[in-house]
Parts: sequence; structure tokens; C-alpha cells
Amino acid sequence: MSKEKRISLASPITRSPDHPITGSQTAMARDHGDSHPITRLKGDSRLRFRHQPGLVAYLTCGDPSIAASREIILSAVRAGADVIELGVPFSDPVADGPVIQRASERALKKGTSLQDVLALAADVRNQTDAGLIIFSYMNPVLRFGLERFCVAAARAGVDGALITDLTIEEADEYRARMAAHELSTIFLAAPTSSDQRLKRIAQACQGFVYAVSRTGVTGARQEIAADAAALVKRIRKFTKLPVGVGFGISNREQFLQVGGFADAAVVGSAIVQAIEQNPGREAKAVADLISTLKGQADKAGGSM
Amino acid sequence: MGSTAKLKPAAGRFGAYGGRYVPETLMAALEELERQYGKARRDKRFRAEFERLLKEYAGRPTPLFFARRLTEKLGGARIYLKREDLLHTGAHKINNCIGQALLARRMGKQRIIAETGAGQHGVATATVCALFGFDCVVYMGAEDMRRQELNVFRMRLLGAEVRGVDSGSKTLKDAINEAMRDWVTNVRTTHYLLGSVLGAHPYPTMVRDFHSVIGREARAQILNAEDKLPTAIIACVGGGSNAIGIFHQFINDRRVKLIGVEAGGRSEKLGDHAARFRGGSPGVLQGTFSYVLQDSAGQIATTHSISAGLDYPSIGPEHAALADSGRAEYVAASDEEALEACVTLARIEGIIPALESSHAVAECIKRAPRMKKSDVVIVNISGRGDKDVGILRESLHIG
Repeated sequence: MSKEKRISLASPITRSPDHPITGSQTAMARDHGDSHPITRLKGDSRLRFRHQPGLVAYLTCGDPSIAASREIILSAVRAGADVIELGVPFSDPVADGPVIQRASERALKKGTSLQDVLALAADVRNQTDAGLIIFSYMNPVLRFGLERFCVAAARAGVDGALITDLTIEEADEYRARMAAHELSTIFLAAPTSSDQRLKRIAQACQGFVYAVSRTGVTGARQEIAADAAALVKRIRKFTKLPVGVGFGISNREQFLQVGGFADAAVVGSAIVQAIEQNPGREAKAVADLISTLKGQADKAGGSM
Repeated sequence: MGSTAKLKPAAGRFGAYGGRYVPETLMAALEELERQYGKARRDKRFRAEFERLLKEYAGRPTPLFFARRLTEKLGGARIYLKREDLLHTGAHKINNCIGQALLARRMGKQRIIAETGAGQHGVATATVCALFGFDCVVYMGAEDMRRQELNVFRMRLLGAEVRGVDSGSKTLKDAINEAMRDWVTNVRTTHYLLGSVLGAHPYPTMVRDFHSVIGREARAQILNAEDKLPTAIIACVGGGSNAIGIFHQFINDRRVKLIGVEAGGRSEKLGDHAARFRGGSPGVLQGTFSYVLQDSAGQIATTHSISAGLDYPSIGPEHAALADSGRAEYVAASDEEALEACVTLARIEGIIPALESSHAVAECIKRAPRMKKSDVVIVNISGRGDKDVGILRESLHIG
């Protein structure tokens, strides 16, 4: 219940969502109206799952607008999302299916940049204690500057990042810089990854390990392949970190199925599709979807 | 770009460039490909089979032709043309396709996917798939399908399925995105026959090796004809496979100038060309770290070139390293210069070069008159112009 208070949409917004990441935001301490500590302690990551199974919600930021993304995120958290993946739109999203490709195109048409996403994160962080992860392809982060990215992300109150096309082999400098700013690094584990690779991936992850349910791009699937359960089992040999399963989860049955063997389900394309199909009432549509996935459909009605 | 230059070297690096930037799902396939290729290149039977097919099927060696009339017209260096345009399917692309098809057979993969820009790599891929009995899917941008209609038909005639790509700029870059999405989905049964020295390790090295026969032949041929090494070698650079193929054998011959010619397009404005060394900066695109045409937020820029095969926002990572070290020089030729060069070579030597190769001819036409009569230039004619007659007819208004 106390969470409901923290995520109140009525809280004043002191900053434009388009506000660039500047030094002035260091002072933007989160407004903790309750007893939660302001400083983040090591090992006390916000990347934790309060629910069983946990729910990680992905959205492409800037689709349909940064202001709408803000409402969607807060609504998703209130509906029970534990962690939000803030997708940075990219012109060439090779790991994504048509739904997220279209969302990226829409967000890019609005001119959404990594800088805008970080400003959005800072804004959202004022309103919620949910875990916030920047979800991006490598090039926007490189272009922004790796160190500058880490500084800005930490300052914005972001908890970590997942770079879709950055494998552990190429990630030494990234990991070192992220660690220096106490930011978590999350890497993908795939059904095709060998045990040897899974071990190294698990060691490189903080917060949780993101297991890809099956070979393929993002997007809703009819069924969750047996691949996923087998992969989670293999990952658990190497780590005690929670394991989230993503790629293809779009209905309650799949959510429950994943909850049977993993700690959290990552829902991406289904959310982005709900946003696409409900212009003007995106936040409500996403809350309804999350409530349905979690089997709380009746509660969702009153949450707006 | 301070921070980008500091990426730590890992597998498959050329200086700071190259590497592997792919979704984790593809890593197992790339590791397997690297392992299998490593074994194959040391295997005498694999090499013998590759060489036999290059000779008996593709038509190697290709001639090195002394262009007497072009030499006289320009009045400077002696000009030789490396005739890759005479190969089966009409371009150098077949070298790499034969190599990778042999490798796919070795790995037990029955399904081949590929991307194509101008259609030359798609045709070469469809050709080897017919030869080896593989299923073949070629991704091609919708805009390129329009520009290169003849090659679309050729691929279908050869039994390949051509899938049009409607996303982004509907050109080569978008075709690669779609091929990568197919590969990430079907990676267990499918080999991605990438057509240039691009993408994640081991592709830039492997594709270079399969094309290095161009330079080996050219080196022996020029020594035979002139009794000395050339002063300069000129090749067009899209991804850069024909260029690296002819350059590679000469990299240690420090006095041989290596000149890559990019697509200057219609202007120097971002979006109007594909000259990565003129307007690009280091970045990651489609698996590799190299020079990329991009905006200030790291979004990949659209490109333009009259030749679909050069119309790509990034460049092979080995070229990036050669540019940084100064071992190779990169220049650009505009659409107009390429068209003029195409007509010149057609009328003076009876050879219609592909619009891609015409960029190299254009640089030769600019450079040769300023060189000494004792200088020798080799221009790599990477492909023939038959596929471009539609565009040539639209652009030239000949009778």
C-alpha cells in the first residue's frame, strides 16, 4: 500500500521531460515521502522482484511521446511491474521483431534520443522506487560516450543497463565503467549459449540474468518453447541471481508458465503493441495488460 | 570520439576495429563458424576443392588486361584492368560464395540466407546454392529490387526465394538487418552467407581470405607483364570485399599505393553519399566496430549512391584500420563521375563496367594523367555493367 503513495501520479513534476541531463540534476534527490533510504547501498539494488513471479516491463521510450512514456511507466509500476526496461530507439534494431521496430521508428520520428531517455528516467525516478534499466543497442551509447553515459545514468537514478548487441567478450571496459558508478550490468543468455558462456554471462550480470526464451527476435509467440525452462535450469548451475525470461510472453498462461521455473517474466512486445493499438489511452491499456498477466484484472479497473 | 576509440581489443580486431557486436543467440554460431573455418583453411582437401571450383566453375584466373587506349588517352601511367567482371555471375562475389558454400556443407547446414544490394551477391549466392543443392533465401531492399529488377529475376530463375525488405531506406543495410533477424531465428539450421568484409568476426577475415585470390593473381600477372610491382592499385569500396581482395597481397609492399574509392553520391551532405571516411565516425553497426555514417545521437544515417552495391553506411573494419594507419588512401567519386567513367571505358576499351567498379575507373581517370609514364596502375573491375543498363539508360539519354 505504501507503494501506491510513492507512485502517486498527483506528485508535482518539477522538470520538463525534455530536460537534458545536466549538473543541476545532481541535486534532484528523490522525494522519499516515507522511510526508504535516499542513498542506495551496495547490494541493496532496486533490481529486485517484490512479486512472485516478478514482472519486468519493456517499452520503447518516446513512443508515442516522452510524456506518454512517463505515464505508461508509472501506470505499469502501479499495476505491479517490478522493473522497467527503458528502451532506447535505434534505427537498426536487428534483435527486434516488427512490433518494436515500428515503435522505434515512431519514437525516432519524434526525435527521441538516449539523452531524452535518461531525462525521462530521472523524472520517473522522482516518482517511484521500481528498478530502472536502460535497454539499448550499442551505437547510441558509444556515440553518447561510455563514461558520460555511466555518469548520466547514475545521476538519473538508473539501476543498470542491458546492451542488446554487446556480448561479454566486448564488454570489459563497459563493465568496469558501469561498476565504478555502481550500475548493474545485465546480459542476455540464449538457448544456444554453451555452459561455458553461461558461466561467464552469469558472472558478468548483476541484479538478474535475462534469459532469452528461444532463438529469434522479440515478439509475441503462441507458446513458450521448452528451450526456456532448460536454459533457466542451466543458468542456475552458475548463479544465485534471479533469472528473468523474456521474448514472446504475451498472455497469462505464458506468464504463469514462466513463473513456474523462472523468477520473473519480461514482457516487451505485448506492451509495445498495447501502446500502438490504444492511442490516447496507452497507460490504461498497459496497466490492464499487466493486471491481466498477473491475474488481477478486477483491480486494474480502479487504478486509473 | 575519445571514448569510442578506447574499446578494448578482442577477437577479430583490425587495430581498434572489428570485433563481435551481436545478440547472444548468434554467438554460438559465430564461434562454430570461426572454429570450422580455422580447420578448413588448414585442410588441403578443402583448399583443393575451393581452387578447383574457382578455376572450373567460376572461370579463374581472370585476365589482367593492359588498357592501351585508355592509357594513351590519359597520357600518364600505364593502366591495367583486373577483369573480375569476366567471372561466372559477372562479379568477384562468386569467390566468397564458393568458399562459404563449401564451409556450409562442412557444417551440415542445408539452408543458406544472404543479403544483397545490387543483386550481384544475391545472384552469386543463388548460383552456389543451386550448385550445392541448398535452400536459398535472399533479402533485398524493396528500393534495390526496383533498381535491379534483372538480378531479382536471375535469382528466382536460379531457384532462390527473394524476400523484399520494406523497412528503413529499403536498401542494403535494411536487407542485412532482415537477414540477421532470420539468422537469429533459424541459427541452428541456417548459414548466413554474408557478402562482404562486414559483420561480426570471423566474417571480415574469412571473406577477405576467399577474395585474396584476386591480389595473388594480380601480383603474379603484373610482375610477368611489367617486371615490377604497380605504383598504385585502385578499387571501389562498398563493404570493401573486392578492394581488400586485391589489396591484401600488396599490404607489405609499402611502395604500392592502395586507393579505395567510396561513393560520393550527389553531394557531400549527410544522406546524399556513402563516403564513410568523409562524413563518418567510429561506431557499431551490424556486428562490427568501424567507420559509420551516423547522426549526433548515434542513429545510422541514410545513404545514397547511384550504385546499389556501394550504398551502405559502414565499411569493412580492416579498411578502417588501413585508413587510420595511412596504409591505404580513401577517396570518393560522385554519381556523375562514375557515370562518365562507365561510358568512357565502354567507348574506349569496349568494356562496360558495373557502376560500382566505375567509381574506381573514375579515380583512375583523375589520377593517371598526373602520374609518370613509367608508373603502373591496376584498376579492379570488380563487376560487369549488364545489371546496370536500366539505370544507365535512365541517366544517360543515349539515342
